[in-house]
Amino acid sequence: MSDSLPTTPDAVRQRAAAADNRRRRKARPASRQWRRRGLMTAYIVFVLLPIYWLLNMSFQSNTEILGGLTLWPESFTLEHYAKILTESSWYMGYVNSIAYVLMNMLISIAVALPAAYAFSRYKFIGDKHLFFWLLTNLMAPPAVFLLPYFQLYYTVGLFDTHIAVALAHCLFNIPLAVWILEGFMSGVPKEIDETAFIDGYSFPKFFVKIFIPMISSGIGVTLFFLFMFSWVELLLASTLTSTGAQPIASVMTQTKGASGIDWGALAAAGTLTILPGIVVVYFVRNHIAKGFALGRT
Amino acid sequence: MNKVYNNRAWWLILPMLLLVAFSAVIPLMTVVNYSVQDVFDANTRFFTGTEWFREMLNDPGLQAALARQFAFSLTVLAIEVPLGIGIALIMPKKGWQASAVLILVTMPLLIPWNVVGSIWQIFTRGDIGLMGWSLRELGYGYNITASPVDAWATIILMDVWHWTPLIALLCFSGLRSIPDAYYQAARIDRASKWAVFRYIQLPKLTNVLVIGVLLRFMHSFMIYAEPFVLTGGGPGSSTTFLSQSLTTMAIGQQDLGPSAAFSLIYFLIILLVTWVFYTAIMNMQKDDNNKEA
Repeated sequence: MSDSLPTTPDAVRQRAAAADNRRRRKARPASRQWRRRGLMTAYIVFVLLPIYWLLNMSFQSNTEILGGLTLWPESFTLEHYAKILTESSWYMGYVNSIAYVLMNMLISIAVALPAAYAFSRYKFIGDKHLFFWLLTNLMAPPAVFLLPYFQLYYTVGLFDTHIAVALAHCLFNIPLAVWILEGFMSGVPKEIDETAFIDGYSFPKFFVKIFIPMISSGIGVTLFFLFMFSWVELLLASTLTSTGAQPIASVMTQTKGASGIDWGALAAAGTLTILPGIVVVYFVRNHIAKGFALGRT
Repeated sequence: MNKVYNNRAWWLILPMLLLVAFSAVIPLMTVVNYSVQDVFDANTRFFTGTEWFREMLNDPGLQAALARQFAFSLTVLAIEVPLGIGIALIMPKKGWQASAVLILVTMPLLIPWNVVGSIWQIFTRGDIGLMGWSLRELGYGYNITASPVDAWATIILMDVWHWTPLIALLCFSGLRSIPDAYYQAARIDRASKWAVFRYIQLPKLTNVLVIGVLLRFMHSFMIYAEPFVLTGGGPGSSTTFLSQSLTTMAIGQQDLGPSAAFSLIYFLIILLVTWVFYTAIMNMQKDDNNKEA
């Protein structure tokens, strides 16, 4: 661009609009738009195909499943869902999973909020080392901790309770929450804190009344990730429970009976594990679409 | 941001520290304790020093599992990161389609890991699975319980299906946080699409990509439930990754000492790779910042 062009905001905006129009007419014909949609559709088909197959199978009777391949349920049946929703050994699995996931989300966010605030606002002895140490807990393979966890929770009498799984999942969920929240908090100007303190707010009051509402979308995104990683984890959850707090994921292994695998029940149970996730994404979709840049900027 | 030096910030950290320490430090110390002892029963144990570590490092089975693990992690990263960025770039940004696509794309992430294994087991079986059946109908003798190549390809496809959404989701969010003014400026300069991607979108994505790649590396390195359900580590041990070897050793065979030593080695490898990666990225960013300044 030459220097002689006017640089007032209006002129610039006009030029941008003109360039826009030129581009729309020239460089972005309809075919390009269609290619984009085609690729997106192809990817979504790839994502949905295995899930469709699960759904398809969950509505078939076991004889139809094993009788041969059918692309949609020909003898539509809800028997597997009925079985899962009426037998307590099945549906308690969902109740247990949801119970420890909610506990974990609550604990993690409650302790991560002040910690993330400290990391984003203050320097203190050992802060950098502490932050890296936190991240290392994200990297600890659950398989490493299986045996010690079993012994630890057995010793303190928490074995086979919801809180045991919730605490165990804190290992990776708290560091993740601190990491994500710290990024959001660093985006809030520090002047806001200072002004609030000058106005006579105490720290707790400022934190709850002013600061938390300002990062509400950050908290939404964090809760989404907390839910996700706690809901999908199986190794620790099934090691720390036997019958009283067994998660659905390990209840599903019971479908391997003497007469082979009960495919229909497995498919129906699998389908039901997808639903809570969809509900959670539905709630946070706007926070995600609004855009966030994680990490330190 | 200018941070104030204040050691009272420790009080804000304390609750978090206690909880994480309870979950991390005590079990880790137990592992360290086992790794240097030979435990016969509750009262008889011998101090063995570094013997278990030496034994584990020289174990050919574990070396093979480690090599497989690296091959797997690098392959899935090489596929998922570019694919995820691509998906994020073509995801619709407005209206009901944006919400619908977002929910559909995110779905695989929120399925419990062993259910992911089950889904793919059902999907790829030769007799009742859509993909397995179709491949056989097309004349390819697809069989994941007999052919290591098929088993590998299927596990990688499953992982791409399962985890590309994480990269796509993070990138989509990162892209949405770029102010419109940047794109306007690029249009005024008549920047090409590639230039817009290289000089506007990619730099803004660095942060989310660092998190995405780190999470993906760590999780792929710890992968357990999905291959365990899908292939059970076979055929032979061709898809037995580190977590599974470790779990078999610790729970199945009750070899506390060796498996503890192995755990520590495993943890240290992840730590080392992640640290190298993290430092490299941070230095790159620092260089960039210095250039700008």
